[in-house]
Amino acid sequence: MHVLVCVKQVPDTTEVKMDPKTNTLDRSSAPAIINPYDEHAVEEAVRIKKEFGGRVSIISMGPPQAQDVIRKCIEMGADEGYLLSDRAFAGSDTLATSYIITMGIKKIMEKESVDLVFCGKQAIDGDTAQVGPGIACRLNMPQLTYVEKIESLDLGKKQIVVHRKIDNGYEVVQAKLPCLVTIEKSINDISYSPLPNMIKAARYKAVIWGIKDFEADLSQLGLKGSPTSVRRVFPPPQRNGGEMLKGSIQQVTGILVNSLKGGIIKWQS
Amino acid sequence: MAEKFDAIVVGAGVSGLAAGYTMAKAGLNVVTIERGQYPGSKNVMGGVLYRHMMDEIIPDFWKEAPLERPIIEQRFWFMGRESAVQTGYKGMEWATPPYNNFTVFRGKFDQWLAKKYVEAGGLLINETVVEDCIVENGKVVGVRTDRPDGDLYADVVILADGVNSILARNLGFHQEWKPNQVALAVMEELKMPAEKIEERFNLNKGMGTTIEIFGDGTLGMVGTAFIYTNKEHISIGCGTLLSQLREKRIKPYELLEYVKQHPIVKPLIDGAEPCEYYAHLIPEGGYDSIPKLYGDGVMVAGDAAQFVNGIHREGSNLGMTSGRFAAETVIFAKKYGEYDERALSRYHDMLYDSYVIKDLKKYRNASHTMEANPDFFNHYIPASNMAMSEMFIVDGKSKYDRQKTAIERITEGRSKIGLVRDIFKVWRAMT
Repeated sequence: MHVLVCVKQVPDTTEVKMDPKTNTLDRSSAPAIINPYDEHAVEEAVRIKKEFGGRVSIISMGPPQAQDVIRKCIEMGADEGYLLSDRAFAGSDTLATSYIITMGIKKIMEKESVDLVFCGKQAIDGDTAQVGPGIACRLNMPQLTYVEKIESLDLGKKQIVVHRKIDNGYEVVQAKLPCLVTIEKSINDISYSPLPNMIKAARYKAVIWGIKDFEADLSQLGLKGSPTSVRRVFPPPQRNGGEMLKGSIQQVTGILVNSLKGGIIKWQS
Repeated sequence: MAEKFDAIVVGAGVSGLAAGYTMAKAGLNVVTIERGQYPGSKNVMGGVLYRHMMDEIIPDFWKEAPLERPIIEQRFWFMGRESAVQTGYKGMEWATPPYNNFTVFRGKFDQWLAKKYVEAGGLLINETVVEDCIVENGKVVGVRTDRPDGDLYADVVILADGVNSILARNLGFHQEWKPNQVALAVMEELKMPAEKIEERFNLNKGMGTTIEIFGDGTLGMVGTAFIYTNKEHISIGCGTLLSQLREKRIKPYELLEYVKQHPIVKPLIDGAEPCEYYAHLIPEGGYDSIPKLYGDGVMVAGDAAQFVNGIHREGSNLGMTSGRFAAETVIFAKKYGEYDERALSRYHDMLYDSYVIKDLKKYRNASHTMEANPDFFNHYIPASNMAMSEMFIVDGKSKYDRQKTAIERITEGRSKIGLVRDIFKVWRAMT
């Protein structure tokens, strides 16, 4: 069983600040982390490796410092990592990114077969959830998105059954291997990596591929291959603060009960 | 059999990284274990880093390291309630390379130093807590971490695990620190445009100043408050012996708030936007609190060894030098393949021959004298403020009478002999 996990290095959006003048993310203010959904995807891949044997490979696209997230994946138990890094890839939108990553996956497939491709359900910086499905289309693989549980995996029959998260519950879906799965956080808990993995990761050097390693169609990558254009970036409107109730406890609870009643009545009518 | 390293360093602060870098550069197989998310994430420092000791480890580091401002002026304020007697030194010889010292943010600086260490071939393991040393037949042979399969072995373990140094304590190298052996420092980082900092502090472009505040800045407790200028931030904080905070029942954040509101301080930081808040213990026990520094297969460096010179607000430089000495001891010991206590005693000798122990010895009684004589902070500083005020008022009173009143202010409630005795005590503690 060979699971390939696509990961992305993202700014930690819980700490990121907006530049109030340009309305863009001030990326320098936030530490770079592995996209949290991808982290759960790696965890799931390593869990499958433990259960069925096999290998876990990692693929990522980004600047050279994105090696840090590959190292993080090695800590978690991945075996190999590939980083697609080249100035020609810069400025790629989701369409071009899926093109580049698909090239990488195909190159890995020339060496060894891939049974499953995992992606996080989306990246926390862009929140598009488009790259995973994009890769599936380009690889001509079935895609199972928003997966919160892998119910069964049958290598003999080359078959996978998963729970897909939907608005009010989940649906059980079956697909043929190889297929692409995008992972929800609820699928597992991140485990604490053993020390030997940490040491292996500290020494690990990822395989780095640039544009020269592929026979790429230059019109499909970078800014040229990206039809997306950003029209406007704006912060969400500020929410109005709550109303402060002043007075004695009796007065305040009285006002509160009345306004709650009012709200419910309004809502019912 | 698990892999055995030449050395394990516990803690990736400046002491641990100085040790790790020196050994990695000499080709040793070194692993450094840091409990924070990244080196520097758990560290707090007022912010002054001295060039010379870092230059001894990485020559010309200041050309590429992330530094804030070279310090060209050191001011000292003896602060009263609404006044301050001020002194200091400003020298343009510090405004040109290679400079004397710099303000830094440890969060950035330690990451840079860690990068140099990794480039030199050292291994860095973050987010991992070392729970204890592994001791076999009285010899430290490795460390036990909190991770699965978490044991790690080496010829030598260097403990640079910071002020509390639970590892050295577990080895019996020291007792739990007493409240008068540590200071509690709190600090805020306030954002302010560079030009405004330069204007308010009267600085040439890019240059920095430090202000150490005695007296009312710590409400008369033994310790100092400080204001340091960074590129686009001001660091303001205060540190006092834990024992004094406890005795006076003052909360550290209340003290910092008091400093920020002080009429002499307030205009300097007016309009600056708070962006970070820090708190940390600082080992200030001095010479008499230095723990056992080495044993079979183990050495202690930096804050863990109480290497802080509180009087000169030096610490990171002592840490770096001790880390380097520990590393050089390992490199030397490796030639003979011996790592027992006798072989590692070289570390002790290097420290005692250097400024590290010599400086601590010089001020061995300083903070204890201050603590035992609260008058230095509580009486003499306010009195000197009143005396200065008295001398500079012009209202027709004769200078002779003014001088007389000024001297009376200082000797108030004391005999002249008592005054002489107090001066002697300070002189003896500081020289």
